[in-house]
Amino acid sequence: MANKKKTPGINASSMADIAFLLLIFWLTTTTMNSDKGLQRRLPPMPEEGAQQEDVKINRRNIIQVKINSNDRIIAGGEIMDVSMVKDKIKEFITNPANLETLPEKEMKQIEGFGEYPVSKGVVSLQNDRGTSYNAYLQVQNELAKAFNEVRDDFARQNFGTVYNNLDEDKQKIVREAIPLSISEAEPKDVGRSARR
Amino acid sequence: MAKFSRSGKKDMPELSTSSLPDIVFMILFFFMVTTQLRETEPLVSVRVPEASEIAKLERKDLASYINIGSPVRSKQAEFGTDARLQLNDSFKNVDDIRDFVAAERENLSEADRSFMTVVIRADRDVRMGIVTDVKQELRRCSALKIMYSATAPVQHEF
Repeated sequence: MANKKKTPGINASSMADIAFLLLIFWLTTTTMNSDKGLQRRLPPMPEEGAQQEDVKINRRNIIQVKINSNDRIIAGGEIMDVSMVKDKIKEFITNPANLETLPEKEMKQIEGFGEYPVSKGVVSLQNDRGTSYNAYLQVQNELAKAFNEVRDDFARQNFGTVYNNLDEDKQKIVREAIPLSISEAEPKDVGRSARR
Repeated sequence: MAKFSRSGKKDMPELSTSSLPDIVFMILFFFMVTTQLRETEPLVSVRVPEASEIAKLERKDLASYINIGSPVRSKQAEFGTDARLQLNDSFKNVDDIRDFVAAERENLSEADRSFMTVVIRADRDVRMGIVTDVKQELRRCSALKIMYSATAPVQHEF
């Protein structure tokens, strides 16, 4: 019976410290590399041998955004800073004053919503092989921002809240009303084509 | 008075911390399960650009990664500082993307194949030439869903 008294319980109070050490080790060594970015869909490759058909697009319906090898931007014929691209694109998509020079709109029946004048505008993005990836992505970001803001405006007007708060069906309506029409031109090597 | 003093004398029962290790272990296991260790060793240094309109990739398991950047310092003696492509854990050429995409497709279940997303993790200083080549090759392999990896911009305080 005297024996029993001699084996005291193991002091487990330092267990917490050990566990904390492990935890902190894990926290510092692993990286929560959450994947974030701009999601895009590439256009399918044209079938080989298929006649490359030039889709006739009215000049007013297209805005060209070009980035040259020095990361200088020209949008709709004007040299501009990245920060100005967004407003230019927004004006282009919405065409608030129904100007002759900006894209025309086509009445389209949207399921669950009704008729809405959908802009026929297409943003054409062109870059050079020498453009830095950062500049390219900044422009992509500005384009996305322009579209997102227009979508938010539309959502707020019609559903009273921003696009992200809408349910799936309503988001689809917004997407149909303001399609993300960014077209990336077939790559061109400006330097090389000049020599050809 | 006596009543109060007696109750004051009584020791506060000590807070039992015996369950603390269990709690911490639980957190630990949570982190161990949710975080994934980087399975490939980075061969190219990638500092992805900043962008504000980023969206999260919903299905991480459907993503395959193409890293583009200049080789890390320890590899520069061998491979130089020119931007290179890293697929899995070796330097590759643009032509190898076809096999890479095919292999990645093979890993996915039949139903998920059309949702495969190729994440382009390119360094911000990379020239668009190589990125365009990659994109063209992806189009040729009809891996059309892509994502340009980017981080949220750091909020600068003025």
